[in-house]
Amino acid sequence: MTNPSRRRFLKIVGVTGAALLAGRTARASEARHINNETVGMLYDATRCVGCKACMSVCKKVNGDYGSLSYEQASFDKDNLWDAPNDLTGNTRTLIKLFKESEREWSYVKYSCMHCQKPSCVSVCPVSAMTRDPETGIVDYNKNTCIGCRYCQVACAFNIPKFQWDKANPQIVKCDLCKSTNLKTKGVTACAEVCPTGAILFGKRKDLLEEANKRLRENPGKYLNHIYGAKEVGGTNHLYLSAMRFNKLGLPILNEEVPAEFSEKIQHTIYKGFIAPVALYGTLCFVAIKNMKGHGSDKKNSTAVEKGGSDHGSR
Amino acid sequence: MSKEGLLPGTTRRDFIKTCLAVSAMLGLPFSMVSKVAAAAKASDNRPAVIWLHFQECTGCSETLLRSTHPTVSSLILDLVSLDYHETLMAGSGHQAEKSLHDSMLANRGNYILVVEGAIPTKDNGIHCKVAGKTALDSLKKAAEGAVAIIAIGTCASYGGLPSVGPNPTGAVGVRDLVKDKPIINLPGCPPNPYNLLSTVLYYATFKKLPELDQMGRPKFAYGRKIHEHCERRPHFDAGRFAKAYGDPTHAEGYCLYKLGCKGPATHANCSVLRFNDVGVWPVSIGHPCIGCTEPDLLFKTAISDKVQIHEPTPFDSYAPVDLKDKGKGPHPLTTGVIGLAAGTAIGAGVMMAKKLPDGQEKGADHDKPE
Repeated sequence: MTNPSRRRFLKIVGVTGAALLAGRTARASEARHINNETVGMLYDATRCVGCKACMSVCKKVNGDYGSLSYEQASFDKDNLWDAPNDLTGNTRTLIKLFKESEREWSYVKYSCMHCQKPSCVSVCPVSAMTRDPETGIVDYNKNTCIGCRYCQVACAFNIPKFQWDKANPQIVKCDLCKSTNLKTKGVTACAEVCPTGAILFGKRKDLLEEANKRLRENPGKYLNHIYGAKEVGGTNHLYLSAMRFNKLGLPILNEEVPAEFSEKIQHTIYKGFIAPVALYGTLCFVAIKNMKGHGSDKKNSTAVEKGGSDHGSR
Repeated sequence: MSKEGLLPGTTRRDFIKTCLAVSAMLGLPFSMVSKVAAAAKASDNRPAVIWLHFQECTGCSETLLRSTHPTVSSLILDLVSLDYHETLMAGSGHQAEKSLHDSMLANRGNYILVVEGAIPTKDNGIHCKVAGKTALDSLKKAAEGAVAIIAIGTCASYGGLPSVGPNPTGAVGVRDLVKDKPIINLPGCPPNPYNLLSTVLYYATFKKLPELDQMGRPKFAYGRKIHEHCERRPHFDAGRFAKAYGDPTHAEGYCLYKLGCKGPATHANCSVLRFNDVGVWPVSIGHPCIGCTEPDLLFKTAISDKVQIHEPTPFDSYAPVDLKDKGKGPHPLTTGVIGLAAGTAIGAGVMMAKKLPDGQEKGADHDKPE
């Protein structure tokens, strides 16, 4: 009995695996679509003067809506300053400084990259993370979220943050002022206040054009790369810098889309629900076959209570 | 006082300078200067102004006398038609009263009423009388024909010093008494004279009142906090504070917040416009702001009290882009010890498991046949 079922089981595993691999190769050839009509931002690190106007206006504008609050430093008993050290459950955007030497340094702005194919949206089990297909804004719905924090793990840029200190915590990340400044003024708050034009808001195609123009017109000023143009299948938040991007804390990523890769595996396995049905059908079959054997045993043994006590002991 | 055109002492250059300054302060584009100048020059266009004094120290009038762009003479003769002002007018007694009466009659519905000082309301207002009339009556009568009321100074705006508890005269500001007229509050102790000039010229140019905030203050002057444009702000951001008056930290010009500066809660343009045409203001000479434009601060909080900052801004330092944020990791010895312990545990488990199943299966075999 055991040998044939085991054989069959291995067979099924083999078939499933083969189907999976076939699916992968079949789907990998699909072309990725980057929607350049969606909106995003271009941050030019060479223009940033580190005034942090974007940081303060972000909290001012999104404070109530986004449940942001000010971060007190340990030395600051009077609560005079907002002193976040990193993106946190209170902070959506942050200016950091990378200092290699006295002459070589650069500011860098951290906030959500608004990926074309965001991992956080892909992994969210309850669709609390969403990507608006028209605007490309990756948004979060606190009323749907179950607090699993899978989005935090999935994000390649370490952007979504959880409010560990709150009784009703939320995930905090930039939503391009979707419900605040973008709604009222048609531009994100940080791009609106930036005094040097280091943050530009606009359609992705316009931003790419502008970034390419800057690269063309200022040879030697920039590193010849637009960060976010191709990374993880394209992001709507683009970066220009004179420094290597990984020095600024932006990870080196290739063009492959992690979300697409994992979705391929998952969607192949569960496609049409065939594989699970087949698997559980086989298991059922095996179980029933085994039960028949037990049934013949039971016929021999007359007492029903014995069977009950048998179950109990197991 | 009747109009005479441009005074011999006022050059055209000075005049345009004034208009330019006013346009800039109002946040108007440069091209508006000529419009402001035209409005200021047209003699028939000069708004009639009646200025009433109640419970006050005349400090607001005094500050007006110290403005030099324009000089007070060009202000009251060329820019506005100041028909009644107890401190400045030439006439006195019945002559002065007649001037007031005539102007109110002639410009009914058109004049701007400027009120300086709080109005006492207790005992039917007998605590302040001018020409036999109580302040209450004078204000009521003058307000009737006014196109708008400018409450100059904190006393006229909110009650100010005379209204501080226990408030023996029941002093209140204009807005508590007059409800049916537009009221522009220009609080300050004293307010900047250019804020008055700008408000009047705004009206003369556009024939409407400037945009006001919730307190009735013109937004062009009171829209931002002193703290936002303070010359000591870099010290605040860097955490450098004057610890005591006369202390070296005070002499260095550090931020006065910890001495009780109310700048972070006070809406005014002092830090930008300054006073007396020589670029001074309290904070520049080392005294903390006392919040004189805010009804809840002046005379309501001690000068040394620190105000709560509701919208903190980032500290003057940067979080580093730390690439070595991973920590140094466990010591090899720790790894070894833990590995050894884990290995022993696994080995012990395997040995136990080897012994256990035999007994159990035997037991199960025993059970089944029974």
